[in-house]
Amino acid sequence: MTETDASLPDGVERREFDGDERLCTRGSPVYGEPTDGEWRAWDAGRSKLGGMLELGMDTGLSGGETVLYLGAANGTTVSHVADFAGPTYAVEFSPRPVRDLLDACEPRSSLFPLLKDARRPETYAHVVEADCDVLVQDVATRGQADVAVENRRFLADDGRLLLAVKARSEDVAAAPDAVFDDVLAGLKSTYEVLETRSLDRFHEDHLGVVATPR
Amino acid sequence: MTTDDAADADAVGADPRAWFAVGDGESPTARVRNGTGDAPADWPTLAVESGFADDEDDYYSALREATLAATRAEVNERERADDRQLLHAVRAMDDAERVANELAERVSEWAGTLFPDSGTGVEGCRELAERDPEGPAEKRVVSLATRVAELDRESDELEAFIESRAPVATPNLAAMAGPVLAARLISLAGGLETLAKKPSGTLQVLGAEDALFAHLRGHGSSPKHGVIYTHEYVRGTRPEDRGSASRALAGKLTIGARIDYYSGDHRPELEAELEERMRTIRARGDGDGGDPE
Repeated sequence: MTETDASLPDGVERREFDGDERLCTRGSPVYGEPTDGEWRAWDAGRSKLGGMLELGMDTGLSGGETVLYLGAANGTTVSHVADFAGPTYAVEFSPRPVRDLLDACEPRSSLFPLLKDARRPETYAHVVEADCDVLVQDVATRGQADVAVENRRFLADDGRLLLAVKARSEDVAAAPDAVFDDVLAGLKSTYEVLETRSLDRFHEDHLGVVATPR
Repeated sequence: MTTDDAADADAVGADPRAWFAVGDGESPTARVRNGTGDAPADWPTLAVESGFADDEDDYYSALREATLAATRAEVNERERADDRQLLHAVRAMDDAERVANELAERVSEWAGTLFPDSGTGVEGCRELAERDPEGPAEKRVVSLATRVAELDRESDELEAFIESRAPVATPNLAAMAGPVLAARLISLAGGLETLAKKPSGTLQVLGAEDALFAHLRGHGSSPKHGVIYTHEYVRGTRPEDRGSASRALAGKLTIGARIDYYSGDHRPELEAELEERMRTIRARGDGDGGDPE
């Protein structure tokens, strides 16, 4: 347990909620998660990045980073990220979840919502700064590798890509492992993959990927 | 410093590619929404250098203000493309088409007495509208025909409107059903919310209420499909399998309507699952021993 805890960034802890040890961050609650004082539980079953941390993947996160988050949806995960990271850019394409995302941004001073399409980085390159430390990607669309490659331009040379690949978004009929191989092959020329882990325990047919630019 | 002061400061020479480099009369909020750029840069440092912000904290608070305002405005605008608009548009489209056809009948009946070579229907009206009337009676007929042609064009424009709005208001439902059928289902249910709360079996027979109630009263068999009959997946499937096809289609459309109502994100995998299922159903009809493609 202590070993995995060392992999957690500053600002993320394990605390007991209703008898269970759970990840948590400090900030105002967003989705009705249990709280303990100013700490709020981070539900790994609803958050792929939460799942990656829970599984002890070496995300390289230490706290205070500049983050570009693609696929912020209604802000469940990105609100936790903004709790421990520095400036956090949250990109989401669908208007309806963004309504909830705005509520999550309201009490946070360094979380910046952008209603943009992650497949078209030129629509937000005039806002998002260069040399981000971390690119988190959780988009349910075909061409997940392309999205990561296209958004490489925002990432510092020693930055990290934290990617959750959803097999079913690429091809429902294909075997998830084959889809994962395709996506990893698509990343190859742009990123060096450092670690991959199945997120099955929390998210069916998802692969967690940690990579760094080549 | 507010973003408004910033607009003045930019004259000093902010990087023209940056969101905070606002031109004449443009607000930083509008720049966030509409601007583009190929490559990012160290915007916080450039903003401080150009005098847009006093320091990094100041920059980020201006950025927060601008992104929140821009995103809120955009969400409000996109959400106004909602289900109510579709409901009215599809009803108006059907009304326009029905009235155009009704009037066209009247026109051809009347026109037949004045122009022996006049055509029938909306097509005939369109052609009559081009003619030069002689005398008061012909004048009335040509005028009426002109209105029919215009009503018909309005119906086409309403359809184009539905086609552009439906994918935003109901991305999943519109992607699987097609924009017009999606709007029709919303109209029959009375709104996206009520559609999302209906069981799939109800969606399957929406628009077949007469047959359904006849069946419930004990006459005839239960309807296999309502308005979803117009979908290629039902109409293009051989009759023996249409029941299965409409059940499968209705099931996915129900899920799509629920995602559209409760979450709003587009999930392409739903379409793929439906495609897969339809392939299986249609393969049954491909004859014995034939390999399903």
